Amino acid sequence: MEIETTQYKHCDLVKVNGRVDSATSPKLAEALTAITEQGRFRIVVDFSGVQFLSSAGLRALINAQKTCKRYNRGEVVLCALPANIAAAVELAGFNSIFRIFDDPLMAVGYF
Amino acid sequence: MKQIFPGRYDSLAQIGQFVHSAADEAGFDSFSIYAVELAVDEACTNIIEHAYGGEDRGNIECTCEITPEGLTIILHDHGQPFRPEDIPSPAINAPLEERESHGLGLFFMKKWMDEIHFDFSQNHGNTLVMFKKVEKKGE
Repeated sequence: MEIETTQYKHCDLVKVNGRVDSATSPKLAEALTAITEQGRFRIVVDFSGVQFLSSAGLRALINAQKTCKRYNRGEVVLCALPANIAAAVELAGFNSIFRIFDDPLMAVGYF
Repeated sequence: MKQIFPGRYDSLAQIGQFVHSAADEAGFDSFSIYAVELAVDEACTNIIEHAYGGEDRGNIECTCEITPEGLTIILHDHGQPFRPEDIPSPAINAPLEERESHGLGLFFMKKWMDEIHFDFSQNHGNTLVMFKKVEKKGE
């Protein structure tokens, strides 16, 4: 799994590539924590390059969302979910706790 | 088809490849292949985390059996008995603050496989059998 982070004026874009499972999800959690520790709480996670996402990855996202939404200081949004991953995200009930966009441009534009 | 993998998280990608190939051979569509791979990934994560209580404490034996009806996957380990009834179902409709971040793995396994059955034996270890029915094209 590879992660590229880009800082924009109004948000941070985290592009994840590859397989997110229990072996690699700590790296995703670290990348998200590295952003919130800078006092930045508006985060877009781009899934266009993700082939596989297990519940370990979903856990990293929930924890980051809890941190970002605290005191209404921000939000984590998701974008460009491949169909299989979108099905898992929906089954897990994430549609009610994450805004989901079709592409990174729309997601970054939301902030 | 049977393979033995070391009980560690970096085996998950290889286990995923192994069951992905079996599901492909069994004739599943791409979404069902993904569902099988996810169920097995979650099951193996539970084995490492709960049955073995950490990495490198034992192996995971994975057997794939293709039949005309579908695919059966048998996972075997020698860790502590894992009691699926002890894992509460995730509150998938709860607001964010009340979301627990655990329990989703077993939930996926139950939702996306047609049958799952756990068996625990003092002498032979733990066995998890999961079955997914194949939808034949044109039926």
